[in-house]
Amino acid sequence: MSTSTTVPADPGPVPGRERRRDPLLRMIALARPRGGRFALGVLLGAAATGAGVALLSLAAWMLAVAADHPPITALGVAVVATRALGVGRGVARYLERLVTHDAAFRTLADVRVRVYDRLAATEPFGRFRSGDLVSRLVNDTEATLDLLVRGLTPPLVSVVTGGAAVLFLTVLHVPGGLLLAAGLLLAGLAVPMAAAALSRGPGRRQARARGELSTALVDTLHGAPDLVAYGAMERQVERVNAADAELTRLARGDSALLGLGAGASALVTGLTVWGSLFLGVAAVEGGALDAVSLAVLVLTTLAAFEVVAPLPAVAARLGAIRAGGARLFGVLDTPAGTAPPTRSGLGTEGGATVRVRDLRVRYGPEEPWALDGVDLEIPSGWTVAVIGPSGAGKSTLASVLLRFRDPDGGRVEIGGEDVTAYPADEVRGVVSGVPQDPHVFASTLRENLRLARPGADDGQLWEALRRARLADEVAAMPLGLDTQVGTHGLGLSGGMVQRLALARAVLAAPRVLVLDEPTAHLDPDTRDAVVEDLLAAAEGFSTLLITHDLTGLDRVDRIYVVRHGRVLQQGTHEELSLQEGWYRDVGAG
Amino acid sequence: MKPLDPRLVRTAGAVRTHLAVSVACGVLITGLILAQAWLLARAISGAWRGEGLDTLGWVVGAVAAIAVARALLSYLAETSALHSAARTKSQLRRRLVAHVTGSGRVWTAQPGSDTDGGPPKAGELVTLATRGLDALDDYFARYLPQLVLASIVPLAVLAVVFWADWISGVVVLVTLPLIPVFMVLIGMHTQQRTERQWRLLSRLGGHFLDVVEGLPTLAVFRRAKAQAAILRRVGEEHRRATMGTLRVAFLSAFALEVLSTLAVALVAVEVGLRLLGGHMDYQTALLVLILAPEAYLPLREVGARFHASMEGVAAAEQVFAELERGRGAHDRRGGASGDADQDTAGEAARRTPAPPPATGRPAPAAGGDIRFEGVELLYPDREVPALSGLDLQVSAGEHLLLTGPSGAGKSTLLSLLLRLTEPTRGRISVRAPGGRWEPLDAVPADDWRLGTAWVPQHPYLFDVSVADNIRLGAPEASMDRVREAARLAEADAFVSALPDGYRTRLGERGARLSAGQRQRIALARAMCRDAPLVLLDEPTAHLDPENAAAVRTAVARLLEGRTAVIVAHDTGWARETLGGTLRTASLPLPTQEGSVSR
Repeated sequence: MSTSTTVPADPGPVPGRERRRDPLLRMIALARPRGGRFALGVLLGAAATGAGVALLSLAAWMLAVAADHPPITALGVAVVATRALGVGRGVARYLERLVTHDAAFRTLADVRVRVYDRLAATEPFGRFRSGDLVSRLVNDTEATLDLLVRGLTPPLVSVVTGGAAVLFLTVLHVPGGLLLAAGLLLAGLAVPMAAAALSRGPGRRQARARGELSTALVDTLHGAPDLVAYGAMERQVERVNAADAELTRLARGDSALLGLGAGASALVTGLTVWGSLFLGVAAVEGGALDAVSLAVLVLTTLAAFEVVAPLPAVAARLGAIRAGGARLFGVLDTPAGTAPPTRSGLGTEGGATVRVRDLRVRYGPEEPWALDGVDLEIPSGWTVAVIGPSGAGKSTLASVLLRFRDPDGGRVEIGGEDVTAYPADEVRGVVSGVPQDPHVFASTLRENLRLARPGADDGQLWEALRRARLADEVAAMPLGLDTQVGTHGLGLSGGMVQRLALARAVLAAPRVLVLDEPTAHLDPDTRDAVVEDLLAAAEGFSTLLITHDLTGLDRVDRIYVVRHGRVLQQGTHEELSLQEGWYRDVGAG
Repeated sequence: MKPLDPRLVRTAGAVRTHLAVSVACGVLITGLILAQAWLLARAISGAWRGEGLDTLGWVVGAVAAIAVARALLSYLAETSALHSAARTKSQLRRRLVAHVTGSGRVWTAQPGSDTDGGPPKAGELVTLATRGLDALDDYFARYLPQLVLASIVPLAVLAVVFWADWISGVVVLVTLPLIPVFMVLIGMHTQQRTERQWRLLSRLGGHFLDVVEGLPTLAVFRRAKAQAAILRRVGEEHRRATMGTLRVAFLSAFALEVLSTLAVALVAVEVGLRLLGGHMDYQTALLVLILAPEAYLPLREVGARFHASMEGVAAAEQVFAELERGRGAHDRRGGASGDADQDTAGEAARRTPAPPPATGRPAPAAGGDIRFEGVELLYPDREVPALSGLDLQVSAGEHLLLTGPSGAGKSTLLSLLLRLTEPTRGRISVRAPGGRWEPLDAVPADDWRLGTAWVPQHPYLFDVSVADNIRLGAPEASMDRVREAARLAEADAFVSALPDGYRTRLGERGARLSAGQRQRIALARAMCRDAPLVLLDEPTAHLDPENAAAVRTAVARLLEGRTAVIVAHDTGWARETLGGTLRTASLPLPTQEGSVSR
């Protein structure tokens, strides 16, 4: 397979020492492969900023020399150099921006692939239940780009250019150089850090108030029909306004604190310029400095503060970037849910009988057992249903069968082989189906289907659609199989998504078909039709149907009732209907 | 996108205050910049002439005073900006909330649809009102003051430079206007490109999200590892496409940068040469040199801050769009029903005698008979009516079970009974026990709703205590009444088991509870409302069998002695639980000529 050469191996478990490092440093480490480009960017940035400072220094020198009316040749080089700096600054800035952005985009691509590889290797799908978490993970990944473009280069540029300016002035006049060093450190480091620290309190206070406000707003807008129907809208709007008033009160109070940073920066800049003027004038009077150098000293100091201008904004963002990094690494450090395989070559031949023996699973050492000794058998070619209330452990059973996690006790055998010994992908060659909440990719219907069997031709795709009873609807679409679906295309109805997922499962043609809650989120009218189609399409497979809903159970070969992680009852629909017990109590029999 | 939206100035009083403060600060800061330049030039040239600290002392001292004054002004400007931002956000937010919850809005009893004609959806509005508007902070604190400076400082500097040395003045005068021109060009250019770019970027960026979200599906089909290579390729395409745009976008910025720096260099060389020739004195030359960059700096800054701050402006624009959109939709709706046919207009006129003001007491008619005659409901911007040709009568004390295919308008019928919306054709009449038939819209909506209790398919639970959720429709209800309602709704046991019992806060959308428990809280809410008319929408649709059984028991209790309209797919349980009092009506799919089969 060509993929084996292009795909990097699983990055492997992350050592504990690495985990304890500052997420900011770990994010920067992600950029290390592009270090050369970033260094070039810093150099170009330093050249651009340096050219601005040097332009004013040189001009000051030129004027001071010209004031003594020397021959014009004394200024020749300076005139040319001044013009060169004027153009050079723009060129360097342009190149710097191109180089840093290019490096940042390359890093973003690297990081995306690393995040993805890690997720594909560890499959922390338990955490995927909240769609929010996924989009946050994606946002956090993008945040690395932000960090690199806006957070990494400016401080380094400031260090290089600021250092050069300080060095230059120290050669000219030691106290003046030291003064500039102190001023730059205060304005570029101390004030931004202090301001960022000061804003943390208001940030927390306001975040809480903002949370209240947004909860009240969510309640108002999503619960509007309920509020109107129960005549409670006015009271609810008052609740929103009260939350808004509280947030506004806090924000107004905090503005006095947040303005301090801006004031302190201006003060440090102004006083440093004043200090250099004072020191310089005194030094000229005392004969320690010549009048030409005085002009250079003061004007260089004045220009040098441009170097640290971007830093307060960087400091203000660091907190948010670090928090994003911590979340990102939190997901990446999750260990895999399955132990490494010890054998390979799970037979594609042989029986497809699934045997589950005394299966026990829990999600943590302190957690209750999600599955507590389940015994179950799916003989080759049978359709078996597992039913029970939500939280009974049904989906845990599906995730064990699909090798998303290892059992904590007991065995799962397919054709007599213990599945935990085999790589996940080999097991999924035998056991496949419709996962909970199947995803429709932003692509064509054809691509969405061929996912399950990359080489499939259109004839096979139509056959699968026909078995999932989706063929007529697709044929009615003007673009047929080329119809765009998913985020950027046609939104499919819940019933169509389930049928598409079913067609995919049929295409994959596993020997064991697992259908995990295929009717969740469907409205009652479509539900019956989908179950009907599912059971028809499942003919010829060994099928495990996991459901909380009782439609169509008279057509399966065997029913297991699961509750609190244990099998309560088992038998055919007819048998269970005659038995005392849960099945009859809930009205299925 | 305009740098300063006039609607923003008009709407938010806080914006006017802020503008006034910004202009005042801007004028003072300009004065201080000019004064500092003059003082520096004076001190350096003085020292060159041989003056010492004894004569220059006041000049040097004045520079320190200016530093302190500028710091104070910066502090004041920033503080006032954040202050105004907070007030503006609050003003905009309140207007937005008042608008979207106002009476012009059409809510429906339909699960999951927000039928006011298209976007934005509730979630987007929440984001807009919170994080979206927060972007105004930057606009107020960073951008607006800089915009004020950019319009004052260059002109003041230009005037002073002209006064000091007209030749330098000409250089500045020629180059300065080129900067706004370039900025406009860049703005237009990048806007066009970024819009195109944005679509491409969101598609490519969306790809990552798509693949991560679909990872479980990919894993099941053993395609997960193969996607990494595709991801890398898409990332590379993303980079190339973006860099292509940036190369051009940065090129314009490059021109801007070169122009402003080169202008300073030209001034420096020209002043230096004339100083050399004895056509100018040292102090003037220094003054011009120090001031020249100051003329360009605010313009460059305002450009640099433009994009970051525009997020806030975009959010404000969205708020205005929402405020105006709702109004427009409302007008259209009125117009459409008028144009539809003369009858409707006539009927509307007949109805118009505005209902008497709400009395705050349940309408007696809610406990009586209800009659639908040729009722049709057509939502604005829809072609097919949600309900058409409906003739139906519900007698007092009767339990009516509504069945019919998806889209037949079952939930819409409940919306009409809840007065969330009005029929576009036909009429609904009601008759209080022992009274006469009267049109439903002659009854004040609030009084009518006081006589109804509604249990939707997906009841919404608020992030307040369980007790407050139950007494949503009866805020004055005592704890005993709340508990009794919960007991009757089979909810008392699990509520009592919550950490704080009835005082437990439920979390966003009742996250603490299962679907069945949420349904039982909604039933308790209906019990607590104690209304003669009960409307139920698929009460057991998404429940597992155990929860469904509990809900059925509760429903049977709720319906005792009350009139009820029940929408249900699974009719078996309803017949079993409600027995003799139940009548069934089936709604067909609506057409222009459709009618109800009994």
